[in-house]
Amino acid sequence: MDPIYESITANKRWTYLFFFLYAILIGIIGYLIGIYIGSPLFGLIIAVIIFGIVLLVSYYGGQKMVTTMAGAHEISKQEEPYLYNTVEALSLAAGLPMPKLYMIKTDVPNAFAAGRNPENSSITVTTGLMERLDRLELEGVIAHEMAHIRNYDVLLATVAVVLAGTIIFLAYMARFSAYGGFRGRGQGGPAALIILIIFIILVVLAPLFAQLLKLAISRKREFLADATGADLTGYPEGLASALEKISAKQKSKSKIQNSALNGIYIINPAIGANIGKNVWSTHPPTEERVRRLREMEFIDQKTYTTPLNTDTTKYKSQTTHYNRKHVGDGYLVCDKCNGYYELQAGESPDDFASKCECGGKLEYHDSI
Amino acid sequence: MDVSYIILGILILIAFYMVYSYNRLITMRNMVGKSYSNIDTLLQKRFDLVPNLVSTVKGYMKHERELLESVTRARSDWMNASTIQENAGADNIATEALKSIFAVAENYPDLKANKNFLLLQEELVGIENKIAYARQRYNRTVLDLNNAIQQFPTNMMAQFFKFQTREFFEVESDQIREVPQVKMYDEEY
Repeated sequence: MDPIYESITANKRWTYLFFFLYAILIGIIGYLIGIYIGSPLFGLIIAVIIFGIVLLVSYYGGQKMVTTMAGAHEISKQEEPYLYNTVEALSLAAGLPMPKLYMIKTDVPNAFAAGRNPENSSITVTTGLMERLDRLELEGVIAHEMAHIRNYDVLLATVAVVLAGTIIFLAYMARFSAYGGFRGRGQGGPAALIILIIFIILVVLAPLFAQLLKLAISRKREFLADATGADLTGYPEGLASALEKISAKQKSKSKIQNSALNGIYIINPAIGANIGKNVWSTHPPTEERVRRLREMEFIDQKTYTTPLNTDTTKYKSQTTHYNRKHVGDGYLVCDKCNGYYELQAGESPDDFASKCECGGKLEYHDSI
Repeated sequence: MDVSYIILGILILIAFYMVYSYNRLITMRNMVGKSYSNIDTLLQKRFDLVPNLVSTVKGYMKHERELLESVTRARSDWMNASTIQENAGADNIATEALKSIFAVAENYPDLKANKNFLLLQEELVGIENKIAYARQRYNRTVLDLNNAIQQFPTNMMAQFFKFQTREFFEVESDQIREVPQVKMYDEEY
């Protein structure tokens, strides 16, 4: 069977499985809380309502939540004509509708796609990516993300990220309240016991969910997206060299690192912290991906498609500099009144007095 | 009795297959139509920008009249084009001419400082790229359709319902040679 079609069905199946497991988990917690307040049925009903809300929110609002979690903001064609045109070109090549575009202000290059189907999807890139890649490399990256959208990888990834995110959050809350419960009410008592059980379930399940997340966003999908992306541009070398550049520039502590989100980026941001290979191996090693791309042959390109007959491939945007708000110079934040000043192009923190008008001390942050 | 059931079963299977392959052919034909209209929209957008570009550039490029004329000519060729081949021909001339205009623009620092020109250039380069990809998509959908029309067993259905193979949007064309050569100036100029 067609590997892409197979992948689409598998992705939808995994999404249902996620919802199912999540329903069981919420049900158990609701039941336990119900016992705690004296009415298990009431607990279950509340759990069903909460599950319904989470289901709808993660399905319909997942794309927005993921991009917000990543700290991205939506951009228009006027702000980034170069990026917009590139993405539009590849959506034409893939025969998909134009996705929404988002950007993260950070020097670290990376990109991801989110959404529930090709009609409701988005592509997010970092400003660092825009600055480091030429048009062919950028096209390679965008084509890879387009492939994720077409294969419905985005549905699974987006839902998985939101569900895993809430579990991780709940586990955190449970841990917090468990400590409070033990200290506040002393030993014993059914209340503390129930909280303890919820705590154990969540603590056990949070990594399990993370594990599922890892399985769901599998290596096979990355290879498939690399291959279909390369087929879309007809130029595997563009993506290959982009992958090398991106993975070389991940930093040990970057703004985009987030254990729930790492897996959806084109290159896992955690590889900068040297844990990419074992703990979070959502992606195959970059060298392996690059090697496979470089071995690809596109015989048919010469016969019936000529991917690019223009010399615009090395072209880098010149207008973007007019439009892009300056990025990466950071902020001066006052520790007392919390006021801040955004550094403009060419300004450095040394140009300013270190005292705020209110008398507090100004500190430099690269983001707020 | 048994034999008639088997025959009936086979007939039902054939009927299902006919419906399936007919629908598949229709889907493919619609995809070809849609991807062709994408190219058409882009060509329209590009040629709408041509007069704009010519008037912006004219004041600066005094020695490149021929070049500017060739892009204007491509525009009128395209407006008169009726077949895919003529469309493709006009597209190819325009692509070559625009490429040359942007190459020559490198020699005019004043022009390169003109924000209007830069915006036009960004837009036109973007459209060029989109046309290239839309063309690729179109050619792939045409290939799929043509394969289905010519290969057994869908060819029987195609013949019965008179599906016709489509033309590719070719890139190579004799007309490209009509584009005037761009003079590259020496350092001292």
